[in-house]
Amino acid sequence: MELLPTIWFIAIAVLWTGYLFLEGFDLGVGMLMKIFARNNTERRVLLNTIGPVWDGNEVWLLTAGGATFAAFPFWYASLFSALYLPLLVVLVALIFRAVAFEYRGKVDTDRWRNTWDWAIAVGSFVAAFGVGAALALTTTGLPLDANGDRDGGPFSWFSGYALLGGFAVAAFALLHALAFLALKTDGDVRHRARRWFVRLLPVLLLPLAGWAVSVQLLSGEAWTVAVLAVAVVAAAVAWFQARSGNEGRAFLAVGVFLLCGSASIFGAVFPVVLPSTIDPAFNLTISNASSSDYTLGLMSIVACVGLPLVIAYQAWTYWVFRRRVSAKHIPDAHSFLPAIAAKAFTRND
Amino acid sequence: MEALEIARWQFGITTVYHFMMVPLTIGLGLVVAVMQTIWHRTGNPAYLRMTKFWGKLFLINFIMGVATGIVQEFQFGMAWSEYSRFVGDVFGAPLALEALLAFFVESTFLGLWIFGWKQLKQGVHLACLWIAVIGSFFSAYFIIVANSWMQHPVGVEMIDGRPVMTDAWAVFTNNTALVAVPHTLFGALAVAGGFLLGIAWYHLWRRRRDGIDTVGADGKVIPGAADIPGRDLTDHTVWFRSLRIGAVVAMISFAGTALTGDLQGKLMFEQQPMKMAAAEAACHDGTGFSVLSVGNLGARNCDDIVALIEVPGILSYLAKGDFTTEVKGVNSLLDQYKADYGTHLPNDPIYGERAGQEIEYVPVMEVTYWGFRMMIGFGGVAALAALLALWITRSGTVPESRWLMRLAVFGILAPFGANAAGWIFTEMGRQPFVVAPNPDLNGIDQVFMFTAAAVSPGVSAGEILTSLIVLTAIYAVLLVVEVKLLVKYVRGGVVSAMPELVHAPVDENEDGTPGPGGPGKSGTADDVLAFAY
Repeated sequence: MELLPTIWFIAIAVLWTGYLFLEGFDLGVGMLMKIFARNNTERRVLLNTIGPVWDGNEVWLLTAGGATFAAFPFWYASLFSALYLPLLVVLVALIFRAVAFEYRGKVDTDRWRNTWDWAIAVGSFVAAFGVGAALALTTTGLPLDANGDRDGGPFSWFSGYALLGGFAVAAFALLHALAFLALKTDGDVRHRARRWFVRLLPVLLLPLAGWAVSVQLLSGEAWTVAVLAVAVVAAAVAWFQARSGNEGRAFLAVGVFLLCGSASIFGAVFPVVLPSTIDPAFNLTISNASSSDYTLGLMSIVACVGLPLVIAYQAWTYWVFRRRVSAKHIPDAHSFLPAIAAKAFTRND
Repeated sequence: MEALEIARWQFGITTVYHFMMVPLTIGLGLVVAVMQTIWHRTGNPAYLRMTKFWGKLFLINFIMGVATGIVQEFQFGMAWSEYSRFVGDVFGAPLALEALLAFFVESTFLGLWIFGWKQLKQGVHLACLWIAVIGSFFSAYFIIVANSWMQHPVGVEMIDGRPVMTDAWAVFTNNTALVAVPHTLFGALAVAGGFLLGIAWYHLWRRRRDGIDTVGADGKVIPGAADIPGRDLTDHTVWFRSLRIGAVVAMISFAGTALTGDLQGKLMFEQQPMKMAAAEAACHDGTGFSVLSVGNLGARNCDDIVALIEVPGILSYLAKGDFTTEVKGVNSLLDQYKADYGTHLPNDPIYGERAGQEIEYVPVMEVTYWGFRMMIGFGGVAALAALLALWITRSGTVPESRWLMRLAVFGILAPFGANAAGWIFTEMGRQPFVVAPNPDLNGIDQVFMFTAAAVSPGVSAGEILTSLIVLTAIYAVLLVVEVKLLVKYVRGGVVSAMPELVHAPVDENEDGTPGPGGPGKSGTADDVLAFAY
């Protein structure tokens, strides 16, 4: 068994799990902008819970992508080119969402805010759905030929697993966001988030569990099934903890659910990184898709130093902004200022 | 059009666009960090205002760089899968390290800076900005290392037809990168310099138009104050200092780009002689630098190009540092390239419809010739304008002329133009290779890839055309939005970034010292957020 490719398979699984854990809740908070928040102040409460951290969370996606390129160039090339149009949709969603966070407060009209609120809500949902679909397909397979290129037309990647994975990640993100809001806000938003969490948990975790079970049926092993069982227990713990008001523990338990669910999925597909639905001989595996040991060794050294550092300073960020946000913290003057300023100065230009 | 052409247009458009936002991020980030440092050291309120105002514009622009950067990383796999497979072993590492070691730092610490004005101690808050700025420099370094490997592949051996990394040190200290990194960073600073100069000029001009500042009999400015929020004496200092800083930064960075550009040129004459010959539209061997060449530059051959004005010796100086060495022209290089790398693309399915076609070794000379000149021209004009600006503003303010003000504002575009032209030149000049072979003595001659082989074989032209149209349309809309927001905040002046100048300060005095509201840290539960979306 190849040691370095195995380590990098685990590293990439960790990066994707880190991405889903961190950006999971900020994508979910984005989705809740329209269906959960009742007014502009509540929307700003939501935004300010993720304001300082969402960009750092998104870098986990870039790192997962970059690490896949560096460690498994054949996996990266086949997956990204086969899913050309769906990834385009994800990119568009991420672009609008990012810009919307920064720009929504910069012009003081309802129409402007409303436009960007939709961009955040739809962008967050589409990005979560698209990433979920892509991840599901890399675990269940794509129609790849001997060269690793997609066979069939621009939509030949489509399967039920794409929908399942899409709903899995989007629904998980929603639930995770509810847990996060219950933990990070105060007042009405906090209590409503907890109520929603308790009510919706069984529905929202179902698709992710469904994806994990499908992968077990396709290529599971005893240990991965056991890990999946732990995930189910964690979900139950999350539900009971939330119901009895332990928001921190509920949030952690949802995290454990993700960690175990993700481990059971990646563990079950190992050592295949991207199955071909045309012929198992065309499967991309950790041996035929990976970079040289030299490159992987170099990357391992850097990752051993870099990744703990990243986790440390991101944890510090969460510590700095640990206070709960609530409606009373939201200054009302902020977004009006450019308008005032412009009025004060406008003579004739 | 075929997939290859469309994919190239897409990469070109998205890259040039991305590189409008990035240099402003890098350059302005450094400038804002210096401003905040001065405020931190001296407590001078003008520098707090400068930090807040330029910081606000910095953030409006930063987000666009973030949003368009993800497209760049995904694009390699999506549209250039054969390229990704070929170079992945060596090219993926700098990209992964960029995300892991640089972009994480940049994003996380910038988040801390934006939201941490009150949560963090002043010194720690300032340190966060510096860390983010240094992160952006490292970001640039890793990306340039990746690009430089395409210009000058080093540190690899060919194993089973693919370059495999054998010497990481060589890759990360590629001499091409070591000169391209400072060149790019100075180019970024030039953008920030022009940006400060133009916008500060506009506000000084408005203060004069509104009769706030006047010029006395001795020709020196008499700064005034008006009964408008933010238009006080300090406001004059803010804009005047910004203008001087901008002008000095613009001149220093032009000198920097010129020096590093000269080194880079000399390297390129060795590493990619065809690119440099095409930059000169130099058909025949010689020593002269063309000031004006006419003829059909787009013809991809040298049959009908005439150098109308030529300065003898200068080309030799650019290439070798003396005035007499003959520099090889396109015609003799063409024979050399054909002998070394073949006359026709191999009959390999990887080349698609282009298999077996004749190879065009001469880049599109219209682009290389004029791209090279526009880069230098725009850069030079901006530096000259900065020098003039210093002289004109020695009285302590700007003249009342509306036209001069407009010129200064439009001058903001010049360094952007220089950057875009430079990148278009260097990337187009590398064609027909995506990974260029290096015929010089120390180069690795047989590691190269034709662009025609790099595109994703499984992706249809229709898919790439779809993404080209979608991305271009979105980028166009977002550019309009960004510019409108920047204009709005620029017009608003310092108060648009400092609400506290309009309303009575709640818990912070203007100089940043804690006011009646208590010390500026997370204290009472009734604190409003220091910065709120």
